[in-house]
Amino acid sequence: MTNSIADIHLADVLLVTGSNTTEAHPVISLEMKKAVRKRGAKLILIDPREIELANFAALHLRPRSGTDVALLNTMAHVILAEGLEDKEFIAARTENFEAFKEAVRDCTPQWGEDVTGVPADMIVEAAQVYGRARSAAIFWAMGITQSSHGVDNVQALANLALLTGNFGRPGTGVNPLRGQNNVQGACDMGGLPNVITGYQAVSDENVRVKFENAWQTKVKIPPKPGLTVTEMVNGVLDGRIKALYIMGENPLLSDPNTNHVREALEQIEFLAVQDIFLNETAQMAHVVLPGVSFAEKEGTFTNTERRVQLVRPALPIRGEARRDLDIICDLGQRLSGVSADDSTDVVHPVTNWNYAGASAVWNEIAALTPTMAGISHERLVPHGLQWPCPAPDHPGTPILHKEKFTRGLGRFTPLTFREPAEIPDAEYPFVLNTGRILQHWHGGTLSRRSEGLDWIVPEGEIQINEADGARLGISTGDWIRVKSRRGEATGKARLTSKLPRGMVFMTFHFAEVPANALTNDAVDPVAKIPEYKVSAVKVERA
Amino acid sequence: MIKPDRIVTTTCPYCGVGCMLNLHIKDDVIYRVTSPFDAPANHGNLCVKGRFGYDFVHAKDRLTQPLMRKDGALVSAGWDEAMEYVASRLLEIRDKYGPDSIGFLVSAKCTNEENYLLQKVARGLIGTNNVDHCARL
Repeated sequence: MTNSIADIHLADVLLVTGSNTTEAHPVISLEMKKAVRKRGAKLILIDPREIELANFAALHLRPRSGTDVALLNTMAHVILAEGLEDKEFIAARTENFEAFKEAVRDCTPQWGEDVTGVPADMIVEAAQVYGRARSAAIFWAMGITQSSHGVDNVQALANLALLTGNFGRPGTGVNPLRGQNNVQGACDMGGLPNVITGYQAVSDENVRVKFENAWQTKVKIPPKPGLTVTEMVNGVLDGRIKALYIMGENPLLSDPNTNHVREALEQIEFLAVQDIFLNETAQMAHVVLPGVSFAEKEGTFTNTERRVQLVRPALPIRGEARRDLDIICDLGQRLSGVSADDSTDVVHPVTNWNYAGASAVWNEIAALTPTMAGISHERLVPHGLQWPCPAPDHPGTPILHKEKFTRGLGRFTPLTFREPAEIPDAEYPFVLNTGRILQHWHGGTLSRRSEGLDWIVPEGEIQINEADGARLGISTGDWIRVKSRRGEATGKARLTSKLPRGMVFMTFHFAEVPANALTNDAVDPVAKIPEYKVSAVKVERA
Repeated sequence: MIKPDRIVTTTCPYCGVGCMLNLHIKDDVIYRVTSPFDAPANHGNLCVKGRFGYDFVHAKDRLTQPLMRKDGALVSAGWDEAMEYVASRLLEIRDKYGPDSIGFLVSAKCTNEENYLLQKVARGLIGTNNVDHCARL
């Protein structure tokens, strides 16, 4: 998020799109509802489904799946046509405006209606509400990014904020709601193929030399970015990847086109899995290393507003499981040939892989990462710190891009609408949309083991529109089969008026109703994110 | 009313909101979860998962021993044997096929420190940028 959760109550307008906030980020949705009910903020909701936030929305736009760029470009067109843009902000802080203006010139409300199915006057009204706000904040989640043109979608949202000067002030900004507890931190820590900590690019020689020297490596860090998850799986199948080390992930349930993932893991030469459960992926491993849960370890998580917060051990370790940090350090010692004698010497933890706890590891991160140089575990008491925090006396940064953008000027991106990779046809007439529900989590490994949660929602349902159900002779509770070009899943039907006609909705929490056997592994060309939200499927009685 | 042996302040393991938790512990069991009202992200609010979703910590099927595949089946093994096997297989595969034949998936559920160190293993010891996690999924 460019801004903070505490900012939500300072916004006059909230634009929420591709986020079922009440189910996936429930506590943030409370702040949104409060902003609407108590402060009179206007909520513009863009979502094909009638999700709970629709009850709080001044405007609910329900576009056809995958037409986000067309809708957002049309809103930009209207803002320009009505002179609602922030001319001062555009002149002082942005570039490439003329090219952007040209790109949205033909995106008239009528064109927008034709492409997205949202009535033209509703798009106009949404643009007016957003464009006239003193402060407007945009929020999104995977409904925007999990698309074969996810980067375009995000840039289209950023264009709107640039156009109206909604950056760098309280109650504004572009605010992705991150899914996992520490997905922000895993990215910040260099858990990505192209960057090391704090988004320092591997392509930059100075960065590589800095880390090689600090770590005293015997190998060179390659200048070329590595492979993404989806590419690694393909890499196994085409023979480029021979071994995978997987920590705390279950790609066999969470990746798209899971039949393809299974095929890859069946033929891999070596698979090591470090986890707390023998999940679907671990069952295929050659070695399984038992780590510990969040309640048995120390360290930090970074939340969606870039706040680094402490994780403290509350329970003893079970059996012979080991702290994940200790497992990795053990591996580091064995791979680097540090002898047991050397490894007891805590004076050189950087090369000896012998750290005096997570705090010492953090100090190494801070020393190598300018945006986090001022953060230490001691400073995280009591309320954490939001990066960038470049110095020990820096208070952290609740709002990014105040005086200037990271790159200097904010750049408008001219965008052309493109259809999703797979659109419904005569054989596969439905759009499959996937997502979360409040009571469960991701692949279900955690939440389905929690008795209370599993009692509330014990099984995965397949939602379809009630008119579609009636036409197919399906009632709520009937067993149905959903098929795509990649696989099939069987589960109980739930007819609902909340979905638009032609849409099927499934969660990916239930291994026995595996939505990701169906989803398309087509990816965005830049971000390599799979198109989970739009797959063509057919529905039949099981 | 049960009196806790201790109350530990920590961060919720579910979504990206980052709610602050107080875990109430009795006999090494999390029996109650609350949140301080001055918590920066959640002001004492928690969702149903954040308040009640912790049975997994105490689940009977938690892994407590390393496992190695022998004759097709995963069987219990000692730490030294398991770690030595992982390290030697990774080094063998690197020497035979090159560093980019190995991939690492770090974790959006693990801590910053763990993620940092695992990508350090990949980049600094194996010599590959094949590091990713489920950020896109």
